[in-house]
Formats: sequence, C-alpha cells, structure tokens
Amino acid sequence: MKYDVVVIGAGPAGMSAAIRLRKNGSSVVVIDEQPAPGGQIWRGVERNSGPMAEALGTDYREGAALVQAFRACGADYMPETQVWQIEEGWHLFLTSGGKARRIGARVVLLANGAQERPVPFPGWTLPGVMTVGAAQILLKSGGMLPQGDVWIAGAGPLPLLYATQLLGLEGRIAGFLDTSRKPGLAALTKLTGAWRDILGLLKGARWLRDLRKSGKMVRGFHDLRAGGDGRLQYLEWLSAGERRKVKADILLVHEGVVPRIHETMALGCAHEWNELQNYFTPQLDGWGETSKAGLFVAGDAGGIGGWLAATLSGEIAGLGITKHLDASFDAEGERHKAGLDKRLASARALRPFLDALYPPPMASIADEVIVCRCEEVTAAQIRSVAKVSAPDPNAVKAATRCGMGPCQGRQCGYTVQALVAEAHGIPPRDVSFFNIRPPLKPVTLGEIAALGDLEDVS
Amino acid sequence: MTVLVNGVEIGAWNGETVASVLLRAPGAGRGSTVSRTPRLPYCQMGVCFECLVTVDGNASMQGCLVPVAPGMRIESQHGPREISK
Repeated sequence: MKYDVVVIGAGPAGMSAAIRLRKNGSSVVVIDEQPAPGGQIWRGVERNSGPMAEALGTDYREGAALVQAFRACGADYMPETQVWQIEEGWHLFLTSGGKARRIGARVVLLANGAQERPVPFPGWTLPGVMTVGAAQILLKSGGMLPQGDVWIAGAGPLPLLYATQLLGLEGRIAGFLDTSRKPGLAALTKLTGAWRDILGLLKGARWLRDLRKSGKMVRGFHDLRAGGDGRLQYLEWLSAGERRKVKADILLVHEGVVPRIHETMALGCAHEWNELQNYFTPQLDGWGETSKAGLFVAGDAGGIGGWLAATLSGEIAGLGITKHLDASFDAEGERHKAGLDKRLASARALRPFLDALYPPPMASIADEVIVCRCEEVTAAQIRSVAKVSAPDPNAVKAATRCGMGPCQGRQCGYTVQALVAEAHGIPPRDVSFFNIRPPLKPVTLGEIAALGDLEDVS
Repeated sequence: MTVLVNGVEIGAWNGETVASVLLRAPGAGRGSTVSRTPRLPYCQMGVCFECLVTVDGNASMQGCLVPVAPGMRIESQHGPREISK
C-alpha cells in the first residue's frame, strides 16, 4: 500500500495534520502505538466521563472534539502499531498484532511527541518508583489511584497538574518534594512574553496553592535517595545539613519532558541543541520539514511546546506537506488565512518562561547510581571509560553495553552525554548522542521472515 | 474480566494495559537482565522497557502497549529472554 502521507503518532499534532491533509485531498494513514487516538495528553478521552473527566481538567476535555474530528476525517488509522524502521524514499516497517508489514509513502510526518526526561538517582530502579507521567497515564486509562504513602518529587507543570487531578479525585499525597530552584533572573526576564498567557500563569499558581494547602511541601533539599528491600519502602534526603527519612510506598518523579528523537537520529537528520532545556531537536524549516526532503516533524517531537502549540504546528506541517506534494498549492495563503502564526506565538508565549523557570537538574550523579537501567551500568563505570576515550557516548556504549539494551538509550542517552561532557570538561552540546540504529522497537525474526508475503510497495 | 498473571487469576478492566495489571499483581515484577533484581513498569509510555513481559506465549512484549483481553496469559520474565520463546 502506498499513501501520500504517513503520519506517526495520533496525538494533538498528528491528528491535526491528518485532518488538514484530508481536507486538502491527500491519502493519509496515521500509525499509533496506543489503542485509541489522543496521544498521552488525551489518553482515554473517548472513554472518560463524569467525575474523572471533571478531575482531569478543561485542557483534557478539549481533546474530545479533535479526536472526534480525526475519527471522521477519512484517514486510515492503525492503532497498536509500532514503527521499527524507516527508510528514505519512503518505506516504513511496522508491526501490529504480531505481524510485520511494509508500507510506502511520498511523505512522512513524525508526530510522536515527547518522553519524560530520565534523571537517575539512588534507588530509581526500585519497584514503587515511577514517573509522574506514568501515574497520570494510569489515571487516564483506568482511573488507577496510587495507594499508600505516595510521594511526588520533581519540578515543572506536570507534577502540579497531576497532584491537583489526584486530589480532585480524593487521592492522597504524603508529600511533595519540590526540586525546582528559586526562579532566577533568567526566568523573570522571560515573564514579559508569559503575560500574553495570563490564564496559563494563573492555572499554575492555582495548582501550586492547592498543593500547598493540601499536602506536605518540602523545598530546598538535596541528595534524594529511594530505598527498600526489593521494593520502595523509604525516602531519604538532606535538608539544612540534616538527613531526613520518611516511609514511602510510591514515589513519582518528574523533571520535564524531552522530544522523541530516535527516528530523526536514526535517519541522520541534522539536529540542534536546546541550551535552556538540554535536549536535541531535529532542525526544521518553517513548515516542519527536516534536513531530509519529505520528512516532516510536528508537535513536541520538534521541541516541547504543549498540546495547543502541537495542534497548530500539525496544521502548519499539513499545509507544508500539501505544498510539497503539489507545488501549485498556496500554503502561505492558507497559513495566513487561518492565523496560524499568531495563534502559535500565543500558544508558545509561556514556554520561554517555563523553560527558564524549570531548568534541567544539574546535580552530579553519584558513582553508585545505575544510569543504564537495561544493562545496569553505573555512573562510575561510565566515568571510568569516558575519562580514557574520545568524548563520544558511542565509545562508552562499546565498552560498557550502556545503551545497548531494549530501550536503546531512551533512558540513559542524555545522562551518558552529560557524564562524557563532565569527564572531558566540555559543555554537553559539544558531545553527540548515541548512534541510533534499527530496529527502533523490538521485532522478532519470525516477523522479519514473514515480511516478503506482506509487501506491496508499488 | 480476569487475566492470568503467572498462573494466578486477577481482575482487570477494559481500557487498561498489561503494564498496569503488573503493578498490582503480587510478585509480577520482572527480574533485571544482569543482576536479576526486581523491576516494575516505570514510564507507561513505551520508552523504558521495564514492562517487558510474556503475553500469550509471546516474549518481550512491551506490556504498556498491550491492552488487556479476557483470559490473557501474562508471565514475568526473569533475566534475559530465552531463545526458545
């Protein structure tokens, strides 16, 4: 099967792009790992109603209309499908229900979003420790509330939002360990732009106030450790020179989100380094096209901007792709008519402030901490190799197996980069990322062997 | 609905994933591949691979990407995946 456009990801950006592309008359298939459209932000939006939808908030409920429009737009939709290889030209290799297949397309749009930034600390591999995003997904996809002594540690809008949602559903929080630093001058100078999003600012302030009222808020601490025998039982930290210890059953951590870059990295696209948030983004033109012709990126995968910015960048990519397919299409005119740039600027107004307010954690990682969860490689092992090799994460990978497990460096990539930079006394931006190679997701030999019968790339 | 986790029946609801069941099924944790220490799902969004699990005989499935189905057989993996599976 050959489509005009393959969209990867059925979140805000992917759905918006698909709707726009269908309006413009393209044949579109949307591939997504999840069983239903909406992405992580609107996960389960078609199922959740009543008090749950109420507690999840207005931003969440906004998703229902877009999901409905997407369902009706006429794009082919392949849920529960994983993309494990993309070849220029374009050919995509997919697995769905244990069966692999290959599809062709004239254009590929990556709208695969973001992941939470992994920040290793002692005890982060213990059962009972997971991310705030994970807990929120459990809430959206089955109403699961964490039980026992639940602690949240982290910074950024998501922990505040999740805590507010949890408390709205009568969930309980034993305490909130706020890892954010005092807002520096850098954040305050970005405030001018943020005023354009007064509602966004007020929302954050309200979340924080609700949280302070309802639970225990701990600030100004360091050296957080999670401990226990076979699973999380306690947390320890240093506060004003004193070691504190509390009972804990669940610890939810969050230190911001970073774009998913494995696909663009594997394809050898040019990338840029985001100095404020320490992550790579694929280099994009004004329409979201990467350095590879015919490969576009929209939404958080191209830089974190939130759901509203994602829908707008999806629409812009949709227009750009239409122009790519049909040079006579007046993409600029449509873009102007829909006021997309103005709306995008407004949707992104708060972002520079948030980026400066919540910088990525800079604390040095203790030697004994496991950095690579898959291959169980510690910071000490990485440091000892990094010191005696070229400033390249791939040297560490070859020597330690760090990044060679099933997650392929999705959890340890940026930490290894930071440790290599530290060992050589250079800034992280001067250190590259792991080389990413296919398959991008696990695939069985049986699936590959059966490919021949399923191929149809005329 | 119910599913079987390591042979033991446990309740599950429509819309949740295998990884979500693993969190509340006693003893459902994975043994890590190197030191065999216990692990449970960490990210729920397909990027940590801590939920790798055998589902209906298929090994190393990402549990967070597999919705539960009635009677599904879920088995924990301990250590690296066996070649026979």
